[in-house]
Amino acid sequence: MAETLVQVSDLKVHFPIGRSLFKDGVTLKAVDGVSLDIARGEVVGLVGESGSGKTTLGRALLRLIEPTEGSVRFDGTEVVGLPPRDLKALRSRMQIIFQDPYASLNPRMSVGQIIGEALHLHSIGTRADRDERVGDLLEKVGLPRTAAARFPHEFSGGQRQRIGIARALAVNPDFIVADEPVSALDVSIQAQIINLLQDLRQELGLSILFIGHDLSVIEFLCDRVVVMYLGHVMETATAADLYTQPRHPYTRSLLDAAPVPNPRAKRDRIMLKGDLPSPINPPSGCVFRTRCPFAIEACAQVEPALETVGPRHAVACIRQAELNLME
Amino acid sequence: MTETTTAPLLSIRNLVTEFRTESGIVRAVKGVDLDIESGQTVAVVGESGSGKSVTSLSVMRLLAKGVGSITDGTILFRGRDGQVRDLVQEPETAMRRIRGNEISMIFQEPMTSLNPTQKVGAQIAEAAELHQGLSHRQAWARAVEMLSLVDIPEPERRAQVYPHQMSGGMRQRVMIAMALACNPALLIADEPTTALDVTVQLQILELMRRLQREIGMGILFITHNLGVVAEIADKVAVMYGGRIVETAAVQDLFDRPSHPYTRGLLASLPTVDHAARAAGEVARLRAIPGNVVDPRNPPAGCDFNPRCAWAIEACRAAVPPMLPVEPGHATRCIRWSELDG
Ligand SMILES: Nc1ncnc2c1ncn2[C@@H]1O[C@H](COP(=O)(O)OP(=O)(O)OP(=O)(O)O)[C@@H](O)[C@H]1O
Ligand SMILES: Nc1ncnc2c1ncn2[C@@H]1O[C@H](COP(=O)(O)OP(=O)(O)OP(=O)(O)O)[C@@H](O)[C@H]1O
Ligand code: SF4
Ligand SMILES: [Mg+2]
Ligand SMILES: [Mg+2]
Repeated sequence: MAETLVQVSDLKVHFPIGRSLFKDGVTLKAVDGVSLDIARGEVVGLVGESGSGKTTLGRALLRLIEPTEGSVRFDGTEVVGLPPRDLKALRSRMQIIFQDPYASLNPRMSVGQIIGEALHLHSIGTRADRDERVGDLLEKVGLPRTAAARFPHEFSGGQRQRIGIARALAVNPDFIVADEPVSALDVSIQAQIINLLQDLRQELGLSILFIGHDLSVIEFLCDRVVVMYLGHVMETATAADLYTQPRHPYTRSLLDAAPVPNPRAKRDRIMLKGDLPSPINPPSGCVFRTRCPFAIEACAQVEPALETVGPRHAVACIRQAELNLME
Repeated sequence: MTETTTAPLLSIRNLVTEFRTESGIVRAVKGVDLDIESGQTVAVVGESGSGKSVTSLSVMRLLAKGVGSITDGTILFRGRDGQVRDLVQEPETAMRRIRGNEISMIFQEPMTSLNPTQKVGAQIAEAAELHQGLSHRQAWARAVEMLSLVDIPEPERRAQVYPHQMSGGMRQRVMIAMALACNPALLIADEPTTALDVTVQLQILELMRRLQREIGMGILFITHNLGVVAEIADKVAVMYGGRIVETAAVQDLFDRPSHPYTRGLLASLPTVDHAARAAGEVARLRAIPGNVVDPRNPPAGCDFNPRCAWAIEACRAAVPPMLPVEPGHATRCIRWSELDG
């Protein structure tokens, strides 16, 4: 097993909502006690319901959002509470590709300025070196070098996402949080970007936390997968195990719901019913129980801990031993 | 204005849309033909930058003023009153009545199309108030009802929050709620489920199907996800470089893809080779080599020829016409019948 690069322990991110001078407000528990490890060169997939806290977790790892509690160690250094100057030094080693390619590119900066910004910030190379590097990066993500002189609004959604990827790669990071980097891309460009990420991990030993909704992409790209629901980890396993032997009812329902590119495939599905519970007022016990077809009374009483059920496979469900989800 | 009730709901002919930019004219849509019937779902798939969003913005007449314009073609739309209008020629005041009422759109980017300073409930209510003549209180009730319809938890409370306080997927569902609040005759959905996890995606697709049955709306559904296409579409149009290069009933497209680009798309879907993975190999996908079309500098002839394994001299000589493959199935490739050879 390769050495651990990122180690997250019991991380919590809580947002105060509606708090003012006159009102107490409430707390929204976006991430509520998440632990996970990412090894050097490993690609870990993060999947889960929309609103389950994936983006918040990814940003908290880089301290783009302040964690409320818990620890994030990056290559041995505690990131939580690190003073700004040390954090800046660490930042060039950890980058993020943002979920929304529209909101995340400054419309007043040229593409060249956007990609070169981090190089400039970290004073890497001369101006000519930086221009050269920007051109190389554009080509690497499949855009013409001339794109550097143009502005974000002149590009389609998918093209903008590639600009975001080039920006993240500019400073040669060790670790990238990729927040749905290919969701906005058509499948042929998605395939190019996935191949690019595969190259980068092979060439540079890059570690990636890959947030996504497309389970076939996650299966293809990731060594390991973490499944989140309402701020909690439900299951974590190697990609191979997760897809063939899911042990959590939520994982099973995710796999069932994935659309397959074949109009004839009409399948039996465990389709989730009911509303997503609110993270302001999460269910007692297992947070999934209000939508779980297998919930029993005990599920409302105890919060299930992540239990190891096999090599690198852990599940948070009190009924995991008695359920056979592969029938 | 002509009166024909048998006309398709939407009929686009030879649509050309251009943008004026600092580096010259960009022709983003280069002669698109597309029909949508009531109750039908037409999926548009294709290369990033191929003109899918610009086509739908042209129908809505929402191109940036002074920058983007429709320079040729017609967009015939049959309204609820049975009248057929050419949306290209409609005055802006008439378009304002049609938009968000008879035709509504779910945009690709939820954050830029929601007002960040207004509570989401108020935004939906405003749309309902404006177009359906509801009272303020009725409109607010309608907004809460729509939020619960798209499975937003605690809709009364969520109606009171601002867009940035929601996750990306929730914002997308707010957009969907807003678009459906007026029971549109035509719904244009630009990547509506891309930001959603698969369980919510499935719920949204079911919801759209149900509303389609109930109110008979036609849907133009832009997506990259061929799984979603298989799930929801009746008919598919594949776009490349500003043109439709293949169109077919959904089953025919998957059974007999007849354009090299469509084949490339299907071949680049991720599939896991378990044996190779166990052997520790870093797997590669079969991506289509080369780059997307630079609209400032399109290739001569077939737009796909620089990336096409079947390209011959004749492919560079002229843009191929749409050629019939079977009833309801056409391709813009002169070599389509030889692709299996
Ligand atoms: N700045 C904020 N203030 C208050 N609540 C927030 C804030 N940012 C996120 N949230 C809430 O935290 C929860 C988790 O949001 P997050 O964006 O991390 O979800 P996600 O898993 O990335 O979802 P998606 O798949 O839709 O992108 C949501 O309930 C969201 O509304
Ligand atoms: N405002 C604009 N100014 C200049 N060019 C534009 C503008 N909007 C779009 N374009 C160009 O028009 C072409 C088509 O863009 P469009 O957004 O329709 O692509 P798309 O097919 O929707 O791609 P994606 O799948 O990435 O969303 C692109 O080359 C884009 O660069
Ligand atoms: S027309 Fe020629 S270049 Fe175009 S797709 Fe067909 S074979 Fe390829
Ligand atoms: Mg997110
Ligand atoms: Mg688009």
